[in-house]
Order: sequence, then C-alpha cells, then structure tokens
Amino acid sequence: MAKKRKASSSFHQVKAPLLFLAPNMLIFFIFIIIPAVSGLRMSLYDWSILGEHNFIGFSNYTTLVGDSMFWKSLVNTLRYVLLVVPLLTASALGVALLVSGQEKGIGILRGFYYLPTMLSFIIVGISWRWILGDEIGIMNFLIRMMGGEHVKWLTSPAMATASLIFITIWAQTGFYMVMFVGGLQAIPTALFDAASIDGANKWQVFTKVKFPMIRPTMLVVVVLATINAFKAFELIFVLTKGGPGTTTKFLVQSIYQVAFEEDRMGYASSMAIALMFVIGVLTMIQFRVNKKDYSNE
Amino acid sequence: MNKTIRTICKLLLAVIFFFPILWIVFSSFKPQSELFTFPLTFFPASPTLENYQAAFKSGDFLQYFFNSTFVAVVSTFITIFINVMAGYALSKYIFKGRDLIFFVMIATLMIPLQVILVPIFILEKNLGLLNSLWGIIIPPAATPTGIFLARQYMMTIPNSLIEAARIDSAGEWYIFQRIIIPLAKPIIATIAIFSFMWRWNDFLWPFIVISTQKKYTLQLALANFVGQYDVDWSNLLSMTVISIIPLIVVFLLFQRYFIKGMTSGGVKF
Repeated sequence: MAKKRKASSSFHQVKAPLLFLAPNMLIFFIFIIIPAVSGLRMSLYDWSILGEHNFIGFSNYTTLVGDSMFWKSLVNTLRYVLLVVPLLTASALGVALLVSGQEKGIGILRGFYYLPTMLSFIIVGISWRWILGDEIGIMNFLIRMMGGEHVKWLTSPAMATASLIFITIWAQTGFYMVMFVGGLQAIPTALFDAASIDGANKWQVFTKVKFPMIRPTMLVVVVLATINAFKAFELIFVLTKGGPGTTTKFLVQSIYQVAFEEDRMGYASSMAIALMFVIGVLTMIQFRVNKKDYSNE
Repeated sequence: MNKTIRTICKLLLAVIFFFPILWIVFSSFKPQSELFTFPLTFFPASPTLENYQAAFKSGDFLQYFFNSTFVAVVSTFITIFINVMAGYALSKYIFKGRDLIFFVMIATLMIPLQVILVPIFILEKNLGLLNSLWGIIIPPAATPTGIFLARQYMMTIPNSLIEAARIDSAGEWYIFQRIIIPLAKPIIATIAIFSFMWRWNDFLWPFIVISTQKKYTLQLALANFVGQYDVDWSNLLSMTVISIIPLIVVFLLFQRYFIKGMTSGGVKF
C-alpha cells in the first residue's frame, strides 16, 4: 500500500484538480444546490412574485394536508407511476430478450425499437394525438371501419390514463431496452453452457441464469423509470392538459399551476418538497427490496 | 415453429414502434383536403409540399429553428468542456473530498428540475436570465450523467501516460489538452450526442424561462399549437417532421457511440 502510494505521488495535487472542477462546481452550486436549499426555505413562506414574503412556519404544510386538490393529484400521480413502472420494465425486458442476440440485422431492429426514445415528449404527444383523435384519428377510423364504436382515447376519464400509460411505454421502452441488452450481453457465455449441460430448459435459463445476472441493471431501470414517471409533464401538456376534469392532473402540473398561475410560490414549494419526499421514500424502498432479495438467496 | 413466432413478434414490434412516426411523416405530405376526409389512406393520394412551404413561409418557424439550434449546439460545447474537465479531476487526481464531491454530484440526479422549478424561476429572475436563451443554456450545463460517463471512461486511461508526461515536466493543462482529450474522444462523442439530443428535445427549461414568442425553441412552438380541445394541425404536422430530422441525422451519424455509451452507462451504474 505504502509503495503504491509513493509511486502515484504525482497524483496527489490540490490546485490543478480544483481548477479543473471549478466551472462545473460553480454552475452546479448556483443552479442546483442553491435552488434546492431555497426551495426548502420558500416552503415556509407566504411568497408571491411581486408581493411580500412573509414567514409563516409550517402553515403551507398544514394547508397541504387538508388540500383535496393536492391529494387528488398525488393519487393520480401514484396510480400512473405504479402502473407505468412495472409495465415499462416488463416491456423493456421482454423486448431486450428478443433482440439481445448477435444475429445478422438485429442491430437495425434495435434501432427501430429505439427510435421513439429519441423523440421529445412533445413530439410523441403530438404524434399520438394525431393517431388517437376523437374524429380525425386513424385509430378510431379503423375501429369504425371494422364496425366498432369510436373510443374517446384521450377525452374520457376511463381511457385517458390508460392511453397515457400506453404512450409512455411506447416512448420509453427503447431506452430501458438498451440497458437490458447491455446487461444480458454482459452475462458470461460459460453460464449458459453450464446450464445447457445440466439440461436446463429455456424458462429455467431465464429464471436461474439471466434474471439473477441482470438484477443490478433491473434496479437501475426501476429507479430511473420511477423518477422519470414522477417527472411526467410534457406528455400531459400536449395530450390531455390534465383533463378530462382532473383525471390526468399530476403533482408536477399542480405545482406549476399553483406557482405560476395562482402566484403562490411558497405553497408550490411545499408541494414540491412533498413530491421530493415521495420520490425519496419510493427509491429507498426499491433499494431495500433489492438488498433483501439478495440476502435471501 | 418457436423461431417463427419470435420473428413475427419482432416484426410486429417494429411496426408498433415505427408506425406512429411514419404516419406523421406521410400525413405531413397530404393536402388539407385529404387530412380530414374519410376514408383515410396510408399513402398520400396526391402528395404535396404545401404544408412545408407554409411552415417556412412564416418567418417565425425559421427563428424557432435557429433558437433551438443555437441552444443545442452552444449548450453541448459548454457541457462537454466543463464535464470532461470535472471527470478528469475526479478520476486522475487524489485529493481530500474528491469522493464526496462525486457522490454529491451523482446524488443530485435525484433532484429533478420539476422539484426545484419554483426556486429556479426566482433565481433566474434575480440573475436577469429570464427570457434569454442563456437562461436555458447555462443552468443545466453541469450534468451528473456527463460527469459520471467522463469519469468512468478516464479511469481506464493508464496513469503511466500521465506520469511520463510529468517526468518530461509537462504542465497539468498541457497534459489534459494533449494527452487526455485525444484519448477521451469516444466518450466526448457520446456525451455530445446525449447533450445535443436532450437539449434539442427539452421543453421544461424553455417553458419556464422564455416568455416572448421570438425566443421560443421548436418544442415550445410546437406545444403552443396544441390546445386542450383544438389543434392547429395544418402547420403542426410538417413542423413536427422537420424538428425530428436533426435527431435522425445525429443518430445515424453517431449510432456506434450511442449504443456503446448507453450500455456502458447501464452496466456500470
């Protein structure tokens, strides 16, 4: 150890690395750390853009507890997140299993599956609104052609959330698929050889070899997918605007509305802290579950 | 038999993932009369460029396109510059607090913009960055993922190269510029693609920062065409297609780096 340290002594420096880090840390500090802290502070104030800022303690939080709009949008958000994350993870893994091989032309296929991921959510939303439109959409045209009744994909409470979930999965499967493909391809082939010598069938190979080996990837996918689902804003902005009624109004929409349309910046900050809290708790649970499953094996 | 089912699944998925994009592209070449009359046809019966001409005729669209390009390109340069430097500092030097700094930066991945929306707005207002393209460019430039990718990649560069240069009494900046940068080209390309795509597609930052139409980015302009009940489809379709093209070009040019960067990021997390 001592020897190693001596050999690399020229790497013990302070000035040079700090200079290399400086621009990054400056932006990082000003635009992430400061807002994060001041968000906490603002949540304790009655704060409007032009008016006064009055310290009101935890009043915003007590208001929050009794705010039915807040609870409604929290429930909407959680319903969306808890449905999107497992479905999206399953679809990404399923697709990855189909195209994780090395056969000819498979790269092109992966490219096709990846394509929607490159589009902005605004464009994804516009494209699907064009397809799912009540009167002019091709989906309803096809349904009517086959003698069906046209479906209000985005404008009925029953269908709006389902459509939103489907479109999210369509748009993001490719992203997580690539991660799974990476994880699957990193499995040493010796493991498959060993399994086939032991006479394992395809299902056993999946549950006993592939699945345990991609567990770390799985955790990353689930954590990222959860955070991304909580962030959903653009899709709703172009697809439903939170409607019909408030069926697809999520926490981020509420925060935006309270802050910028009602000019209640302090109250909006307390909602944001609550959102942060919910994301934090869910992420912690995911890490815990992952750890526990490991120690059980 | 099993293989046939797999092939059918693969092709079906390709259709599901590709059809919506294709449909919007074909629709954009249909004249007004065809867009809203039944029966709908997959290919335009009488293809026309009138939607595209209309988009370009309105001078605003070119302005939006320019704004988006400016933001995406300038941001990408800044992001590469500061993140690659930071990644180098965090991987090839030993100093107190190094791992803590890295940890804190990665931990902020957990703080999405959506959560600090309000304080960011106030901060930008106080700094005079509101309604300026720089207000979109600078604040999100220090990306945790960029630092992460740069650092992980640079850890694989042998220390002996740097030591040898130091023995030849090369300065620290010289080493970074002449030895590290050339070796780090693949990861720089990866970060560049991700940064460009993200900035080109980003909606929320411009949405908070920009208030006058002249400074709209493409995403902002597109979203602006969409109301809750009514959508101005006539111009929207062609504009949407045009705003996809740069992404496709970047993807096709750099596909190699792209998948590599994604998988390495996914495996090593």
